[in-house]
Amino acid sequence: MVAVAKRAKLHRQAPPAPLAQSVAHALSRFVRRNGAGLLFLLPALVLFAFFVWYPIAYGFVLSFQDNSLFGGTGSWVGWRNFHRVLADPLFTFAWRNTIKYALYGLLFGYAIPIVLALAIDEVRFGKAYFRLAFYLPVIIPPLVTVFLWRYMYTPDGGLLNGLLNLIHVGPQPWLQSPATALQSLVVVTTWANAGGTMLIYLAALQSIPPELYEAAELDGAGIFSRIWHITLPQIRGVMLIMLILQIIATFQIFTEPFTLTDGGPVNATTTIMLLIYNYAFQNADLGMASALSVMLFLVLVTFSLGYFALTRRLWVGGE
Amino acid sequence: MQRSFKMRLPFRRAAAEPRETTDPERTLISLLEWRKPGVKLVNWTIFAVLSLLTLVTLGPLFWMLSGALKSSVEIFRTPPVLWPASPEWTNFQRAWTELDPLLYLTNTAILALGAIVLQFLVSATAAYSLSKLKPVLSNALLFFFLSTLMVPALAYLIPQYLTVVHLPIFGISLVDSWWAIWLPEAASAFNIIILKSFFDAIPNDLCEAARIDGANALTIFLRIIVPLSRPALAVVAMFTVFASWKDFLWPLLVLTDTSKEPISVALYQLGIAASNGVPQNVLLAGFILAMLPPVILFLMFQRQIIRGVNTAGLKG
Repeated sequence: MVAVAKRAKLHRQAPPAPLAQSVAHALSRFVRRNGAGLLFLLPALVLFAFFVWYPIAYGFVLSFQDNSLFGGTGSWVGWRNFHRVLADPLFTFAWRNTIKYALYGLLFGYAIPIVLALAIDEVRFGKAYFRLAFYLPVIIPPLVTVFLWRYMYTPDGGLLNGLLNLIHVGPQPWLQSPATALQSLVVVTTWANAGGTMLIYLAALQSIPPELYEAAELDGAGIFSRIWHITLPQIRGVMLIMLILQIIATFQIFTEPFTLTDGGPVNATTTIMLLIYNYAFQNADLGMASALSVMLFLVLVTFSLGYFALTRRLWVGGE
Repeated sequence: MQRSFKMRLPFRRAAAEPRETTDPERTLISLLEWRKPGVKLVNWTIFAVLSLLTLVTLGPLFWMLSGALKSSVEIFRTPPVLWPASPEWTNFQRAWTELDPLLYLTNTAILALGAIVLQFLVSATAAYSLSKLKPVLSNALLFFFLSTLMVPALAYLIPQYLTVVHLPIFGISLVDSWWAIWLPEAASAFNIIILKSFFDAIPNDLCEAARIDGANALTIFLRIIVPLSRPALAVVAMFTVFASWKDFLWPLLVLTDTSKEPISVALYQLGIAASNGVPQNVLLAGFILAMLPPVILFLMFQRQIIRGVNTAGLKG
């Protein structure tokens, strides 16, 4: 720093150089200081510009234009795409289903990873085996998971109805009835993802300072009161983050409804992403698809902002 | 922000000091407590319940294997047969010849390898620049990279697809070329952040010393940063492989040439979308073949991956 200041001073004392020369000088100093850094950033900048920043901006433009997958007029149509999306009866279905998907996902799947992590952290033997056994579904490619569950959901001769038969419960239609299809999909999603969340909770549990348990024990707190007063408050931040992340993930749910039910039966499993896909690639209507994407985008960004505000507070304001 | 940090510093330091009285490994229940008979019973109950619960994750996988070995009559029998009377291992042979998983697995491997190489060329260099070289505007650029983390990729699927169909400026279409997958995937803010936080932990003195010895930025990157951050790069590479194996919608859209499809798309086309007369048991065998590579990879690098999930933290 001092050296730079001194050099600047010397420069000022020197007789005024011709303008071109001093500009060249400044330029060469700029390149020496920043050239390598900018060069190293260049690949990322180019790729982000083409495949992230530009598409995000372009998405907003598309939602106000008339465009088809096979070319279109590209003329500006104002809010018309949005009005058409709002007038579509499927729009209500899609939002309702997606919200239901999120709620059922929380109902079935939110507590499971926490309980599993707590149990695995305490169990004295087989810790590594349990961790592996519960994490395994996360590794399996989603398409395999989907096919496997379709096979188990088969109404005649499927595993699940066979098991129900053992306890004298009649066969269920699973994916083939509007009453049970969505819940059946949520089961698949939960099965596939719970292990990953469990691993994050395990890490959170292991970072709880043992002194806290020690102190509580000395004060005569029992095991359950320690869970309630120490464990849960200590992982509260992670629990909140996981809540938001799970909601963000369910709002983008696509693979399961697309491959297992294709939105059916009777639109009971049409989600927002599936509707966007259908607008764009079945109706070739890019205007409607983009308008719905923009709506989804705004909802997701709101959730993400909440997530970032939270993680920031957790990082800055002590652990 | 700064004030709260300063105020908290003494507490942090106090918490970091080792205390001899506490077993650092202890969890909710202390070792002493484990000796009590009541708590022992709790332990065995937890063990039993967890063992039962593993049936929920391992059971379906067993069921898939059992189904793949059944004859085409046995597979439709009600009530279902737990394990076939005479396992038909030939189903795997049929799956290998009829479904041609080798082609699709090779495609997936090409996609994964290309993505790893690009990841290295794009994310690692950017992270190095943002962490060590810090050129002009680097904080603003970091913010621009970070802010894309807030936008889930599916929210701009349509415009991204159109970009690939007709790349602006170049005016070419990337559809049906590997680049259609590689390039968008390489623009990963998440990887930049992971690598940057790892590079931040490498002391600046090390780079400074090398620079005084006459090393340029590239040499420092290749000779110091990369060798020191092999674990972080390995984690990023591993996540890239798993992501390639899972990716479905994007390759379905941009790789319409069936001979280029990765395994996930091929499984969808062969097993779910079309009824091409391949029997259920052969399909199941094919699906098992398709999931073996990531599962084997996971079992081999289990420890690193789990540690990676922990350090990468809350990815979701």
